Amino acid sequence: MKPAVALEGISKSFPGVRALSDVSLALYPGSVTALVGENGAGKSTLVKILTGIYQPDAGVIRVVEEETTFPTALAAARAGVTAIHQETVLFDELSVAENIFLGHAPRNRFGFIDWKKLNADARALLHRAGADFDPTIRLRDLGIARKHLVAIARALSVDARVVIMDEPTAALSHKEIHELYALIERLKADGKAILFISHKFDEIFRIADRYTVFRDGTMVGEGLIADVSQDDLVRMMVGRAVGSVYPKKEVAIGEPVLTVSGYRHPTEFEDINFELRRGEILGFYGLVGAGRSEFMQSLIGITRPSAGAVKLDGQVRVIRSPAEAIRAGIVYVPEERGRQGAIIGMPIFQNVTLPSLSHTSRSGFLKLANEFALAREYTSRLDLRAASLDQDVGTLSGGNQQKVVIAKWLATRPKVIILDEPTKGIDIGSKAAVHAFMSELAAEGLSVIMVSSEIPEIMGMSDRVIVMREGRIAGRFERAELTAEKLVRAAAGIETQSNGRAA
Amino acid sequence: MTDAHLSPRHIPDRLQGRGARILKSWESLLLVVAIAIFLGNSLASPYFLDPWNLSDATFNFTEKAMIAFAMALVIISGEIDLSVASIIALASTAMGYAVQLGVDTPALVAIGLGVGLICGMVNGLLITGLGLPSIVVTIGTMSLFRGLSFIVLGDQAFTGYPKSFAWFGQGYVWWVFSFEFTLFVLLAVVYGVLLHKTNFGRAVYAIGNNQTAALFSGVRVARVKFILFLLTGLMAGLASICLTSRLGSTRPSIALGWELEVVTMVVLGGVNILGGSGTIPGVVLAALIMGMVTFGFGLLNVPGIVMSIFIGLLLISVIALPILWQRARRRLAH
Amino acid sequence: MMAKLLKNREILLVVAIVALVALIALRFPAFVTPASFARVYNDTSILIILALGQMAVILTRCIDLSMAANLALSGMVAAMLNTAFPGLPIPLVILVAMALGGLLGMVNGTLVWKLDIPPIVVTLGTLTIYRGLIFLLTDGKWINAHEMSDAFKGLPRLEIAGMPVLSWLSLLMIALMFLVMGRTPLGRAFYAVGGNPHAAVYTGIDVGRTRFFAYCLSGTLAGLSGYLWVSRYAVAYVDIAAGFELDIIAACVIGGISIAGGIGSVAGAVLGALFLGVIKNALPVINISPFAQMAISGTVIIIAVAVNARAEKRKGRVILRKAEAV
Repeated sequence: MKPAVALEGISKSFPGVRALSDVSLALYPGSVTALVGENGAGKSTLVKILTGIYQPDAGVIRVVEEETTFPTALAAARAGVTAIHQETVLFDELSVAENIFLGHAPRNRFGFIDWKKLNADARALLHRAGADFDPTIRLRDLGIARKHLVAIARALSVDARVVIMDEPTAALSHKEIHELYALIERLKADGKAILFISHKFDEIFRIADRYTVFRDGTMVGEGLIADVSQDDLVRMMVGRAVGSVYPKKEVAIGEPVLTVSGYRHPTEFEDINFELRRGEILGFYGLVGAGRSEFMQSLIGITRPSAGAVKLDGQVRVIRSPAEAIRAGIVYVPEERGRQGAIIGMPIFQNVTLPSLSHTSRSGFLKLANEFALAREYTSRLDLRAASLDQDVGTLSGGNQQKVVIAKWLATRPKVIILDEPTKGIDIGSKAAVHAFMSELAAEGLSVIMVSSEIPEIMGMSDRVIVMREGRIAGRFERAELTAEKLVRAAAGIETQSNGRAA
Repeated sequence: MTDAHLSPRHIPDRLQGRGARILKSWESLLLVVAIAIFLGNSLASPYFLDPWNLSDATFNFTEKAMIAFAMALVIISGEIDLSVASIIALASTAMGYAVQLGVDTPALVAIGLGVGLICGMVNGLLITGLGLPSIVVTIGTMSLFRGLSFIVLGDQAFTGYPKSFAWFGQGYVWWVFSFEFTLFVLLAVVYGVLLHKTNFGRAVYAIGNNQTAALFSGVRVARVKFILFLLTGLMAGLASICLTSRLGSTRPSIALGWELEVVTMVVLGGVNILGGSGTIPGVVLAALIMGMVTFGFGLLNVPGIVMSIFIGLLLISVIALPILWQRARRRLAH
Repeated sequence: MMAKLLKNREILLVVAIVALVALIALRFPAFVTPASFARVYNDTSILIILALGQMAVILTRCIDLSMAANLALSGMVAAMLNTAFPGLPIPLVILVAMALGGLLGMVNGTLVWKLDIPPIVVTLGTLTIYRGLIFLLTDGKWINAHEMSDAFKGLPRLEIAGMPVLSWLSLLMIALMFLVMGRTPLGRAFYAVGGNPHAAVYTGIDVGRTRFFAYCLSGTLAGLSGYLWVSRYAVAYVDIAAGFELDIIAACVIGGISIAGGIGSVAGAVLGALFLGVIKNALPVINISPFAQMAISGTVIIIAVAVNARAEKRKGRVILRKAEAV
């Protein structure tokens, strides 16, 4: 069989980063190819090359064996390549129908947009995607799952040869996921080539026919799903057996440091109660959008809870702003490193010392020598790789940026550190460094909350795990009783388990 | 992965020495431009190098530069204040009104500064309290503040300022050094220290580069921004005192269009209009350049409006040239 | 139903204008006659045309501060053309003014598109340059009424079916803009580019080029307004419409066009301009000094932006199922 679209020998570099080197990928008509790899393995770069957003430095794109280039997104779309994106990159203020047809709206004979036909066609496409709602409402009035269905309808609206699905199920409910599977089967029957990107192995084995594995910007394996086992895939992805990855230390767990009781918010979470002990790593597991980050941010005063109390070392504390949280000794390393963590455009040392300026300065005046000393101390503990401390933090790789962000928070000498998806999107080497450091911190008596959506990380690092679902605590597990299955069940709400599910 | 070739645990503080950093900076380029204009002017007109002439020339930028210092901080923090010229008008009107009631110089100064502060507070509350975009808010208060002057004054003017009041805009501290120029130098130092040597200044940069991350890092974003708008208001009040004293009268059209000249001065000084970077020495140099160009053109009898074309071209080209230069270099590298 | 209607910015604005007119009518019934409305509309026509152009630019997350300067320069060239060649047909003069305006808009657009200079800096610069060019062209001299031909001055006042050409022209521009914004890919691209520039790239829209066209549009409309302004007031000099750029932006802000881009409508721009027009024309009627107009429009801008911001405020993420509405 001839591939619908084939990439051969593709390389792509960004200033200081080699994102892809000499990778190949073939997508066959009527077949689902799963693209597997860790965050940062180069999957999204590849998608952007396939959709004409990036131009490869080297390599060839073939559409039905014909060599071609995608100089613009439009060129890729014209060649029949369409993508449903990870974050539903759509237009909140425009109607659903327009979101589906923007850029290729049906026109009447005067060349004007034919809204009647547009709305009717949109309705039909939504129906095909398994969604029956009014296409004339504004997109912003839809929930996340429905926005995703709009993105799918948009992909159907062009006569696509290749459909790229970048984590399409991340925001969907159980029922919607099954409808998506049915849709994919239909697309297959229509002879479309599908590129399916997912972190969920059950999905990959359920829906994919072929696989391609990326690691650190290179292709490390491909073949038929029928010929491969889950363990093989994982091994290809991480480059070693999973069991040995986590440097968890046995730590004597001390008295309670942080007690949270009755935390609730009108729309984001409720009934959050737990204790965090000295030296403990408490994992917070859940699906994306379960309310974990929102809760953590209310703990440090970014948002206000409508009720609830926090005790720190036995004393009730009211925290209304991050500045107060830092003073109280609770710090939060946010998930969105580029937006909430690193201050790109400022040097490494200024990033590190920003929350600690009151310690390094004298009566409001900066003392650069103190700042460099503090920055050096913490960046070297985290094994930062950089040319100099006054280098712009934006010139570092993702992993090293994350080290700077963590160093920034540790330099405040907190009692409690909350790490939100601490290893998301960073390379394996940095990941291991972060994990090792986390263990070391716990051993020194710091209390750690780790929010993570990666089961191996949660299982490898946590002393205890709290699972959240739809803004509530859906399960509590001790390290000894942890299994991946229990976590997934609690997070997805598949079956009400006996252990500690809060109502 | 990408920085792997760099050795760990041995990170120097800085790669470049102070000299190299200064040499490569925008400010050095401005300094060269300033010197070139200075030399050009002295060659073009025999009157240029006279100390009293030079001293006179400083009046055409000192008042704007006072505001530009505070404006630089506002713009570095990612906001903008377009209402400064209108604050000048309102503060001047308030002082003129007080003069009619027989108020004397010290109280006039207090009124000028006080009105400036109140105007800044209004901006600050609307922007940080209600979270509105500063560009629209200050376009609104720009109309509001000057509009209030128009309501009070109509097509009239206030005059009759006390003699002692004239000193702020016309007096000399020592020899050729006017009060205004001395104030300019003093404020340059104060703002330079504030922006470059204090925690507050660091917070301003942090907010301008990434407001969300700054908030997460414990910077009190709203408070810092509020203070910045207070400062621009206060500086506008101060400039109003100087300008009113220099002109000796108040019309509602006083300082019309200054907001754009102040912003131009700040941007010419190398402050990124999108926030996050810029220095006070840069703004000082830009003020000197704009002042000398105006003065030089004046000596050559070039009308003021032609001068504004020059400033407009300067504004666009100082931003465009580095971009074009970078592109050309990249093309050569390929 | 009522609550939903009130959430609609345009309807809210209509309600505000009606309330304003009603308030005036309580004391001064003479203000509320068809003839008076027609006069207010005619008086606001130029602002409406300019606001339509500014709207396109603001929708794409840009701003055009040079519109009033562009108006003054195009208007001056139209007037000079008329004095130099009085026989030249007026439609041709208008076309020249529009072409020149469009060209000046292209300069803005090119700088924004090709050099990525922030729009506020670009138009701040071109604003002073365009005005300076008028001075270079004229040496600061005025062109007065007696130097212009009657046809040149008369066209905007010419009545067709009981309404002056000026009003007809603005109605035509509104209709055209309805068509462009609602029924052409370019119009929809304005919304897409401002609403989500990253996503716009994925849908095959060139963000820079779309902005370029928005500036061309605003420039062309400024050019047209240049002729209309000069012929209506029968005078052309360097400082005509100085500061008017802020009135244009004010009309847009009042009309609910979000300065952050992607939100706004033709109806909003028109209503925003009319709101300012009603105030301006009502002040003399209700015996408030015309000098109060500036302060009032300033206050209205602030109120409008506060109201719009409240309407735009994103709902927090709804995670708890019980609170999910959809």
